[in-house]
Amino acid sequence: MAVSSEIVLRVEDLHKRYGNEEVLKGVSFTVRQGEALAIIGPSGTGKSTLLRCINRLTEPDRGRIFLEETEITSAHIDINKIRQQIGFVFQDFNLFAHLTALDNVRLGLMKVKGLSKREATERAMHELARVGLAEKAHAYPAQLSGGQQQRVSIARALAMDPKVMLFDEPTSALDPELIGEVLQVMQELAEEGMTMIVVTHEMGFARSVCDEVIFMEKGVIVEQGPPEQVFLNPQQPRTRQFLSKISELYGGVR
Amino acid sequence: MTPFCETFPEGSFLRLACDSAPRLLAGLATTFQLTIFAIGLGLVGGVLLALGRVYGNKPIYWVSTAYVQFIRGTPVLVQLFLIYYGLPAFEIRLDSLTAAIVGLGLNSAAYQAEYFRGAIQAISRGQMLAARAIGMTNLQAICYVILPQALRLVIPPWSNELIYTLKYSSVAFIIGAPELMATGQIIASRNFRYFEVFLIVACIYLVCVLVISKLLDVVEQKLKIPGLEMR
Repeated sequence: MAVSSEIVLRVEDLHKRYGNEEVLKGVSFTVRQGEALAIIGPSGTGKSTLLRCINRLTEPDRGRIFLEETEITSAHIDINKIRQQIGFVFQDFNLFAHLTALDNVRLGLMKVKGLSKREATERAMHELARVGLAEKAHAYPAQLSGGQQQRVSIARALAMDPKVMLFDEPTSALDPELIGEVLQVMQELAEEGMTMIVVTHEMGFARSVCDEVIFMEKGVIVEQGPPEQVFLNPQQPRTRQFLSKISELYGGVR
Repeated sequence: MTPFCETFPEGSFLRLACDSAPRLLAGLATTFQLTIFAIGLGLVGGVLLALGRVYGNKPIYWVSTAYVQFIRGTPVLVQLFLIYYGLPAFEIRLDSLTAAIVGLGLNSAAYQAEYFRGAIQAISRGQMLAARAIGMTNLQAICYVILPQALRLVIPPWSNELIYTLKYSSVAFIIGAPELMATGQIIASRNFRYFEVFLIVACIYLVCVLVISKLLDVVEQKLKIPGLEMR
C-alpha cells in the first residue's frame, strides 16, 4: 500500500538520560501515514527507550513528539487519551496473565473505550480472527505458545484503533520456529497500510517489508533511508560494519 | 437444662459439654462476628496500605509505612487497651465488641498490608506497562490488572492471617467482649472445671481452623489461573 505524504508522527530532538548515561542524544525523524519504519542497531543503543518515549511509558528529558497535530510531550495533555491511539507491542508480550485471550483484547475496549460487552466481544473476536487466533479466544496466556501470545498482544493493540503501532523487538523472546507466524501478521498489517515503527533484529523483515530503515547507535541516528539504500549501499562505515557482522551471524540480508 | 442432656450422667464430661454447648455456641457466634468484621476491616485497610507503600507518593508511603511499623512493633493487647481504655479520654467510647473489632481489624490491616505488598510486587512490571500502554489510568490498571492477580497470589498467606485473627480474637475477652474464650472463662469460673471447659473451647477453635483452611484451599483451587499450575 502506498505511503501517503501525511505525517502521522514527528519526533524532534529527543533526549533521555539514565544517571550518567545519555541513552538518547537528540533523535529526530518523521513517520508518514501507511509507512513501516524499521529501527535497527546494536543492543543497548536506545532503540527501546526511544519507542517507550513515544508513548511516554518512559518520560523523555528533552525534545518534542507530535502525533498528527497534537504535541504529546506537552504537560497539558491527557496521556491516557494519547496512548489509546498508539499501539504498543512488547518484547515479552505482557498479556494480562489472569485473563483469556478474548478478555485481554476486550478489557481496553470496555474499560478504556467504554464499549458495551457485546460490542467489545464482536470487535475483539474480529481482531483475534485477524491474527488467526479466533479459536483460541478462551485460552489463557499460559496455555498459548509464545508466538500465539505475541499475536494476541498485537490483536489487543489493534483493537484500540491506533494511528500508529510500535513494536519493541516483537520476536526477540520467541523460539526460532515461532518467529515466522508473528512476522507474517506484521507483514499483513504493513500491507493493509498500518503505520508502524518496528525495533527489530530481523533484517530480512526490515528489508522486505519496511519502507524506511533507521540505523541507530549510541543514542543517535547514524543512517536513515529506504531499505535498498541502507542494506545494499550504506553511506556510513559504521552501518556497513554492523550489517556485515549481522550477515556473518545470520547468513545474510542479501 | 434440656432433657436431652440429662441422658448423660450427672458430672460427666459429656454432660458438661452438652450443658455448656448453647452458651459456648453463642460465644462462638460472637467470635465469628468479631473475626469476620476484623478481617474485613483489615482487608480493606491492608489493600489501601499496600497500595500506599507500592504506588504512593512520598508522604503516603511514609504514613503507610509508619503505620505498619507501629502496629507490627507493638503488642496487640496494648493496641486493644489504647482503643478501649484510652479513647474515652477523647470522648470516643466504644463497647467492648466494637473496640475489639476495631483493634483487631487495625492490627490485621498492618499484617495483611505486608502480604498484599509482597503479592503486588511479585506481579511482573510488564503487566502495569501493558495496561498503561492501552490507555488505562493508574487506578484502572491496579483494579483490573494488578489486584486480580495479586489477590490470587495472596490467598495462602491470607489464610494464615484469617486463622490467626480467629485465634487472636480470644484476647478480646480481656476487655469483656462476650466471645468464645470469655464464655468459657465464665462457665469455668462457676463450676471450677477449668481443664474440661477449656479443652472443649480448644476443640471448638481447632475444628473452626481446620474447616477454614479446607475452605480456602478450595477457593484457591477454584480461582487458579489455567495454565499457571507451576506457580
